[in-house]
Amino acid sequence: MSTVIETRAMEAPGAEDDARRSVLAAFGWSLARDVRIALRSRAELGVQLLFYVIVVSLFPLAASPSREFLNTIGPGVLWTAALLASLLSLPRLFAADFADGTLEQIALSPRPLPALVSGKIAAHWLTTGLPVALMAPLLGVQYALEPSVLGTLMLALLIGTPILSLLGAVGAALTLGARGGGSLLALLVLPLYVPALIFGAGAVDAVRAGMSAGAHLSLLGAGLLLALVAVPFAVSSAVRIALD
Amino acid sequence: MLSAGPLEAERLAARRGMVTLFSDVALFAREGECIVVAGPNGSGKTTLLRMLAGLTQPEDGQIRWRQRAVRPFDPQLRDAVAFNGHHPALKDELTAEENLASWVTLDDAAPAQRQVVEALDWVALGRQRRLPVRVLSQGQRRRIGLARLRLVARPLWILDEPLTALDVDGIDLLRELLERHLDAGGLCVAASHQPLPVSAARERPLTLGVAAVR
Repeated sequence: MSTVIETRAMEAPGAEDDARRSVLAAFGWSLARDVRIALRSRAELGVQLLFYVIVVSLFPLAASPSREFLNTIGPGVLWTAALLASLLSLPRLFAADFADGTLEQIALSPRPLPALVSGKIAAHWLTTGLPVALMAPLLGVQYALEPSVLGTLMLALLIGTPILSLLGAVGAALTLGARGGGSLLALLVLPLYVPALIFGAGAVDAVRAGMSAGAHLSLLGAGLLLALVAVPFAVSSAVRIALD
Repeated sequence: MLSAGPLEAERLAARRGMVTLFSDVALFAREGECIVVAGPNGSGKTTLLRMLAGLTQPEDGQIRWRQRAVRPFDPQLRDAVAFNGHHPALKDELTAEENLASWVTLDDAAPAQRQVVEALDWVALGRQRRLPVRVLSQGQRRRIGLARLRLVARPLWILDEPLTALDVDGIDLLRELLERHLDAGGLCVAASHQPLPVSAARERPLTLGVAAVR
């Protein structure tokens, strides 16, 4: 595909603008389409958020209700639950499109496939990761976390949940068509989530201990940038392999 | 209609697991011609069509579009192909109108709402256009596929069992579509168990044999 972009760029001075517009149009197309579909099946979205709420709320009930203990485990629990909630919604990302023929139509369209899958991933984040990040401070109150800690928690989740969607998309695309795809997906993706978990929960812990979260958040941000650049191409290749 | 080059293939072979579906298949179609692929179940019709659409890598052999060898997902092929597979690629959550408009937007450019409504009227789904596709029948879903073919200007149509679930009126619609497409210089490759509504002069039959176990 790179050769095509090159030849098109050589054809005319305006061709580069055209290519950029085409990428944006493709991204917007799949983003708008997937968000619309997700909003039509709101019950499914509600189930994921409820799952997050319930998992987070189980720990204070099961463990010792001492303020200090909850305060210690809080960031880790909130992050782990975010991982699980993201995992729960991943099969929906490509499997339905694969089964109903949408994916082959997308892959055959003249628009750039990396841009199309990026739109899908963005829609996945908007409908799963973003609500989780926004709800986290509310749930963090159960763990007696300070307001400044809650702010960092939300910020870390806002940077970290897109990483979860991006890495999860690679796993979801790789397990397309595999038998027992769901459990295989969990085995494949959860280890990939570990760095995001460490730096995300680490940022919150740092603030709790009275230190700056800057280093952790920077590393999280660097991870996000890296994933943003690499994942769309990896997912495109995986999708094409799945369709073969 | 874009000028359509010939579609050629030679020495094509396909294998699924241990089974050689076909080997040494050659085909040729120029503007206005329709290759009709026949053969028993499991003879590799769908696989052949997916190869020609650029979805599947052939085990052996070469496919040429406009005298240029093409590989799977070749950009030139993607600009040219309209692929109607087994699955109609419709979303249950969206209405007929939204589904159709969405695909046409991806293929070409955002269509005017009037065009979308006209195309749905033409396939007799005008009254159902605001219904979610969930409640439509198989035949009605296939008809949305026909409406899409009508709206999108693509020189090479690849149709897998286009007659499935279509009623008599639906087959008439397909006849009209194909006639117009081929008259305008388009090409078509279709797999079908029933005779396709294409004039004999335009039809190029291709029969695949029974799969040989290696």
